[in-house]
Amino acid sequence: MIRAFVCVARRDLALALRRKSDVANTLVFFVIVTSLFPLGVGPERSLLHAMAPGILWVAALLASMLSLARIFEPDFADGTLEQLALGVEPLSVLVIGKIGAHWLLTGLPLTLISPILALQFDLQPLAILALCGGLLAGTAALSLIGAVGAALTLGLRGGGVLAALLVLPLYIPVLIFGAGAVGAVESGLGAQPHLLLLGAFFLTSLASAPWATATAIRIALD
Amino acid sequence: MLEAVSLGCVRGERRLFSNTGFSVAKGQLLRITGANGSGKTSLLRILCGLLTPSDGKVLWNTRPIGEQREDYHRALTYVGHLNGLKDDMTPHENLAVASTLAGCPAGRSARRDALAGFGLAHCADLPVRHLSQGQRRRVALARLALQNPSGIWILDEPFTALDAEAVANLSRIIAAHAAAGGIVIFTTHMEVTIAAANIVLVNLGQQADRA
Repeated sequence: MIRAFVCVARRDLALALRRKSDVANTLVFFVIVTSLFPLGVGPERSLLHAMAPGILWVAALLASMLSLARIFEPDFADGTLEQLALGVEPLSVLVIGKIGAHWLLTGLPLTLISPILALQFDLQPLAILALCGGLLAGTAALSLIGAVGAALTLGLRGGGVLAALLVLPLYIPVLIFGAGAVGAVESGLGAQPHLLLLGAFFLTSLASAPWATATAIRIALD
Repeated sequence: MLEAVSLGCVRGERRLFSNTGFSVAKGQLLRITGANGSGKTSLLRILCGLLTPSDGKVLWNTRPIGEQREDYHRALTYVGHLNGLKDDMTPHENLAVASTLAGCPAGRSARRDALAGFGLAHCADLPVRHLSQGQRRRVALARLALQNPSGIWILDEPFTALDAEAVANLSRIIAAHAAAGGIVIFTTHMEVTIAAANIVLVNLGQQADRA
């Protein structure tokens, strides 16, 4: 079971590394969106400082969503998805492998680049730490929830937009607690409760999303 | 033994076939014929368990396939309309992934032999993107050489895009698989001669007329 899981995750990582532009696009999108706000809102320091957690989190959320179509759509189109469904191991295990690869290619790079963008908004070191911790668990939850939306809209015309509409409302708790963690540190309170809630949210989605995704894939193949 | 018990299939608003039943024992070939749109691909997907029939059931060793997914998938190799290959990977890598997913990981030499058996030795390390349609088809079919020797092969139009030599080669491989105690279920529009003792024919067009 581990073998098939690792095999799928490695395959997706290898494929992504052969198309580096896809990975880079997500990151560039994240950087550009966060950099647009100072241009639009004006360079007032206190205003940007107050808005920073929200801006960074909304941008991360959109960047993660932008890449959802890449999880299953190519596999669906070339028939490898039906081969996964006919594999010996449970489809939900293989799905976790694919979602894990998606997170390594979007969530993790976003988390790693976020401190640099946080500096642009003059966040304190502790707040940056809360941002990174939150993004680490939060983006994993985003990938898991997003995968359900991506699987539900497989093979539909305009599926990308529909997936976004399905998934965005479910992203709200992650956004609230993620941005809340940074805000809490900024206002002198600890970020721990927020981060624990994000962790709980990640674990809940880890327990339910792969199963829901696998079911949605079977329906899409039917 | 694979049995289809009074299968019916409705796609959209249209009934493709109904009350279709047959059984295939080890060592037998089953060729499904019928006009375009008579539901051959749907029937094959039902036999794989990818599609849920609107009525009837599929039994493998007298138990429904849905209840023994893992065992059934271990025995099954499906080559569908889509080749199931990643364009950015080489045939070697594609086969490595496919064999691992099928539960019997193949080493490099086994994969090389499988590819050579389908005349792909010279392009085993080129990305699939650079291969022709016929070569891609052969890579997909090379999976057959790596899997369970007495398994079930379900092949949807396996001969399309293949040249005459490859068609003859595949016919030989199919006959050999049946002779070794395997089951092969396939559709084709081409007139191919497969030298096997035991070929069962199911004609979906007639079934639909009768229904």
